[in-house]
Amino acid sequence: MKLLTCPVNGARPVSEFTYWGEIRPAPDANACTDHEWADYVFNRNGAPGVKREWWCHTPSNTWFIAERDTEKDRVMRTWLPGSEA
Amino acid sequence: MFTAPTELKSAYDVVIIGAGGHGLAAAYYLAREHGITNVAVLEKGYIGGGNTGRNTTIIRSNYLTPEGVKFYDASVHLWQDLSEDFDLNLFYSTRGHFTLAHTDSAVRTMRWRAEVNKHYGVESELVGPDFIKRSCPSIDISCNGHAPILGALYHAPGSIARHDAVAWGYGRGACQRGVEIHQQTAVTGIEVKGGKVVGVQTSRGHIATNKVLCAVAGSTPRLTDMVGIQTPIYIHPLQAMVSEPMKPWLDHIFVSGSLHIYISQSARGELVMGASLDPYELHSTRSTLDFTEGLSAHMLDMFPFLSNVKVNRQWGGMSDMTPDFAPIMGKTPVEGFYLDSGWGTWGFKATPVCGKTMAWTVANDSPHELITGFSLDRFRNYSLTGEKGAASVGH
Ligand SMILES: Cc1cc2nc3c(=O)[nH]c(=O)nc-3n(C[C@H](O)[C@H](O)[C@H](O)COP(=O)(O)OP(=O)(O)OC[C@H]3O[C@@H](n4cnc5c(N)ncnc54)[C@H](O)[C@@H]3O)c2cc1C
Repeated sequence: MKLLTCPVNGARPVSEFTYWGEIRPAPDANACTDHEWADYVFNRNGAPGVKREWWCHTPSNTWFIAERDTEKDRVMRTWLPGSEA
Repeated sequence: MFTAPTELKSAYDVVIIGAGGHGLAAAYYLAREHGITNVAVLEKGYIGGGNTGRNTTIIRSNYLTPEGVKFYDASVHLWQDLSEDFDLNLFYSTRGHFTLAHTDSAVRTMRWRAEVNKHYGVESELVGPDFIKRSCPSIDISCNGHAPILGALYHAPGSIARHDAVAWGYGRGACQRGVEIHQQTAVTGIEVKGGKVVGVQTSRGHIATNKVLCAVAGSTPRLTDMVGIQTPIYIHPLQAMVSEPMKPWLDHIFVSGSLHIYISQSARGELVMGASLDPYELHSTRSTLDFTEGLSAHMLDMFPFLSNVKVNRQWGGMSDMTPDFAPIMGKTPVEGFYLDSGWGTWGFKATPVCGKTMAWTVANDSPHELITGFSLDRFRNYSLTGEKGAASVGH
């Protein structure tokens, strides 16, 4: 069973978590062009690499950030948003 | 079966990346229908070693959008005489395909799909639990009381085929017409000058070419990065497994979106089973115990008598997913770079029609009329081709 460390609840089975994708800065919806917005809405960095991702520990609704290698499925670290840059 | 060319030439008219079914089919039709034979298919591993050799081989055309239904129907028609075309037995077997509905809203979607399908001449109808039980007496219609089956979309032409043979058939046919297939040859870079493709870099040297067709399924984002194109494609693994061989008892193909399972019985007697996509991004073909456990539990809801049957093998493939569950095919912002991608969990059935339409597109440098709904541009223009209702359980 694969474990993931929730910054609040500690190591838990990965089935207790929901993956919400890579953290991506949103453009200013009022200032950007339609194409810039489409790029933000649809396009993804689909190549493998070390990514910072949103995850949620579902039973406790704890949202946090994980740094993960998406080729090796290795989680380097997890933290609560705001607790570390 | 294949002549293995030893040397790479310094230039080709067309380079196809990926010797899966899609790449080989495109090579075959380029040679057969367009007389373009100075073609190299480059494969980093071996023929059919990607998703082509990992899929559960379900072939059907009962999709939801008009674009999808027309496209997949053209594919089913091509499948039906492919064995003869190749002079190779593909074990193409028409079984009838049930998509089970366990909720009222699922019944409604099935009715919608049946109407779209019939409108385009595809055999497809809504059937009730009695019909299902008669077709497959060993099914537990109540699914252990958890999720009683209320009806199903029944698609008589639904079929399975031997996946490896499809790659071999297209590969051999292409070879016989002069195409070179280079295995153990990875593309490591694509050269673009002034917005046009001029060559590819490989693990065995440089090749000059003005046309590159990229048909690499789960590796697509790595290749689009090489030419600097943005796409919505994201990669999740899809897993599958087979049981030990049994006497034939399952004639049809069964799919349940609510239980996240699908099953058919192969010509060898093995039960071929799959579930939904793994829940997070991963560029790996690893498989997990979670998958086997989850899938087996749901399988037993439907077929409780399988409880003593053993699982023989499990594996995974990397699925190139799109937000609207339709593929991304055709021309791209880079001249001479063509994509056949976004085939996710459902692209095996499309192998023949993809080969045919991509060959046409590459030969004419213009999208074939059957694929205009699948262009990369649709994500720039907010005009998606919403196929999720018919494609969301992987097969
Ligand atoms: C478990 C599973 C079950 C599925 N079930 C079904 C089903 O029932 N029905 C259905 O219709 N579809 C199904 N699919 C989807 C289907 O398998 C794929 O959409 C289809 O096979 C894709 O074929 P392809 O030729 O495009 O890709 P592939 O067969 O993956 O071929 C791509 C090739 O490109 C090569 N490649 C990658 N990068 C490079 C590089 N840099 N240089 C050179 N070569 C490279 C790879 O080695 C690979 O051989 C399933 C998929 C999976 C994983």
